[in-house]
Amino acid sequence: MDYFLSEEQQMIKELAAQIAREKVRPAAAELDEREEFPREILKVLAQSDLFGVWIPEEYGGLGGGIFEQCLVVEELSKACGGVAVSYAASALGSVPILLFGNEEQKKKYLPLVASGEALAAFALTEAEAGSDAGGLRTTARLEGDVYILNGVKQWITNGGEADLYTVIALTDPSKGIRGASAFIVEKDAPGLSFGPKERKMGIRSSATTEVIFQDCPVPRENLLGRPGQGFLAAMATLDRTRPGIGAQAVGIGTGALEAALQFARERRQFGQPIASFQAIQHKLADMATRLEAARALVYAVARMIDAGQKDISMAAAMAKTFASDVAMEAAVEAVQIMGGYGYMRDYPVEKMMRDVKVTQIYEGTNEIQRNIIAQELIKRAAKGR
Amino acid sequence: MRALRIIVCIKQVPHPDEAKVDPETGLVIRDGVPMVLNPNDYFAIEESLRLKETGGGEGVAMTMGPPAAEAVLREAISLGVDDGVLLCHRSFAGADTLATAYALARGIECLGGYDLVLTGSRSTDGETGQVGPQIAEFLGIPHAAELIRPVEVEGDHLLAWHQTDYGQELLQMPLPALLTVAKGMNEPRLPSLRGKMRAKKQAITVWGPEEIKADPDRIGLAGSPTRMLETTLPARKTRSKMLEGSLAEQVAALLHELADMLPGKAGGRP
Repeated sequence: MDYFLSEEQQMIKELAAQIAREKVRPAAAELDEREEFPREILKVLAQSDLFGVWIPEEYGGLGGGIFEQCLVVEELSKACGGVAVSYAASALGSVPILLFGNEEQKKKYLPLVASGEALAAFALTEAEAGSDAGGLRTTARLEGDVYILNGVKQWITNGGEADLYTVIALTDPSKGIRGASAFIVEKDAPGLSFGPKERKMGIRSSATTEVIFQDCPVPRENLLGRPGQGFLAAMATLDRTRPGIGAQAVGIGTGALEAALQFARERRQFGQPIASFQAIQHKLADMATRLEAARALVYAVARMIDAGQKDISMAAAMAKTFASDVAMEAAVEAVQIMGGYGYMRDYPVEKMMRDVKVTQIYEGTNEIQRNIIAQELIKRAAKGR
Repeated sequence: MRALRIIVCIKQVPHPDEAKVDPETGLVIRDGVPMVLNPNDYFAIEESLRLKETGGGEGVAMTMGPPAAEAVLREAISLGVDDGVLLCHRSFAGADTLATAYALARGIECLGGYDLVLTGSRSTDGETGQVGPQIAEFLGIPHAAELIRPVEVEGDHLLAWHQTDYGQELLQMPLPALLTVAKGMNEPRLPSLRGKMRAKKQAITVWGPEEIKADPDRIGLAGSPTRMLETTLPARKTRSKMLEGSLAEQVAALLHELADMLPGKAGGRP
C-alpha cells in the first residue's frame, strides 16, 4: 500500500529499516535471552537522529510528529519489540514536556531527548493505580521551593535506564485525581531509586522497574503545567502516544507475517511447499489484510494528531486496540503456520508472540480503550453529533 | 591531532551479493544488478570521519564513473563527508587501474591542497588493490596499504600500522600521504537523518578532463595499457572423503589428511 509519504518520511522509514535490519535483527534473540538493555542500539538510533523525529526543530529535533515516530517504531518492531519500546518510551516520557512544558523546560530538556543524549520515561502506574488512575498514592508536598516526592511507581519502561522521568504525583491528595500534578525528575535526584528489573514474558530487552521516591526533592520549576493538571497531562499524552503502540503492534505482526511467509515458501510437506496449501494461504491472506487495515488506521490517526485535531481520544484508542488485537492474532497464526519450528526459540516468531501480547495491555488495556471508545460514542450520540 | 583535509576515493560497484559472472565471457553481469558503494570503502570513510571528529578538518569524497555514480558520493555525504567530486566524462570510460589512478590524482591535485588521501583496500568488482598505491605514485606522496589501526597524526607526519604479507608494520610518514584502509579495521557507522537530508540537497562537483587538466592520452581507454586477454572462472574442485572408525581413529585420520595438504607436501598447495 502507498501511504504517500513525503520524501523526508520515506527517508526516516528507510533509515529505521536499515538499522532494524543491520543492528537490531542480528541482536534480537540474544538480547531477549539475556534480558539485556539495548544500550548500543539506542546509541546508533541517537547518532542517526531518530530520537529527534517527534521534536520540533527549535528544540533540536527534526520537526516531525507522532506519524514520524510511528514510522520508526514500526520498522524497529519488525525486528524486536523490546528495542522498539525502549525507543518509544522516550517519546512517552517527553511528550508531556512538549504539551505542558514552559519555554524554559522545553529548551532545557527537549534538545537532550532529541539528540538521544537523554532517554526519557513516563511514570504514572502504581500498584493500586493501573486502569484506575484514582488509586494514585505517590505524593508531592511543596516545601519552600521544592516539591518532596514520596511513593512507588510500578512497571516503568526505561526505569533505571532513563535520564528523565515524567512523574504524576498528588500535590493535593484531598482532591483525588484532580489533585495530581506532573513533574520532570532527573535521574540523579536524591531519594530517587529503582527496583530490580522485572522478569517479563516478552519485550525482555526493555527495562521495566519500580521507580521509588523517598523524600525526593524536585525543584519547583520542574512542575509541568499548573498544580492539578497532572491527570490531564497524562491523558493528553497517552492520547498522542497510543498510535505508537499501534505501530509497535503492526511492526511485530508484520515481522511475524514475513517470517511465516518465508517459512511457508521453503518448508515442504507432502512433496510441496506448505505455501501451496489453501489452509496456509488463507491464514497468510487474513494476516496481511488485517495488518494492512491496522496500519492504515494507525497512520490515519497519527496524521490526525499531527494536524492538531482536538478530539483524538476515541481515534487513538481505536488505533491502539485494533492494531494490537490484529497483531496478536497474526503472531499466533505465524507460530501455527510454522508448527513445531514456530514454537522453538531458534525461530523468531515465538518471541514475537510473547512480545506483542503486551501491546494489548500497556498504555491502557484494550478493555479500557473500549470504554473510552464507547463513552465517546454515547457522548456524541447524546449531543446529536 | 590537527585538522586535516582528507580526500576519500570511493567507487560504485555492482551489489556483491547479486552480481554474477557470465560463465561464457567470464565478465561480471551488470545488467539489472543494483549499484552500491564498494563495501570496502566504508572503512576508509569511517576512518576519515573519525579523524575529522578528533582533530577537525574536512572530508571530500571523490569518484570516477558515469553520472549515476553520484549516488555513492551522496552516500558518503550522508555518513558525514563534507563534499563530493565526480569525475565524469565519456573520455574517462574504459580506464584500467593506471588511467583511473591518473585521473583521480589529477582530480586531487585540482582540489587545492590536501593532507591525507584514503581509499578502500580494493574494490569488490576489480579486486586489484592497485588504484590507491598508483594514485600515491602519481601524486608523489608516500603510501601504505591495508591500514589496520586508527591513524595517529603528530604535527606534519602520521603514524600508521599496516598489514603486510609478513606481519604488521608501523610506519611514520610525512604528510600528505595516502593510506588504503583494511576491511574490518573499524565499525562503519550508519547514516544520520540530517546527513541523508544534506546529501539529498548538496551540490556535487562534476569535473571532466579539462577541469582536471588531464593529458587526453593518459585517460580512459587511450590511457590504459592493460589488455584483458581472457577471463576464466576458477574451476571449483571439491573433494570429499568420509572417514570411518571410532572418533579417535577419525580424528587421527583427519590430522593425517590435513598434514598431507600442507604446502610443500605431495598433493598439498604449492
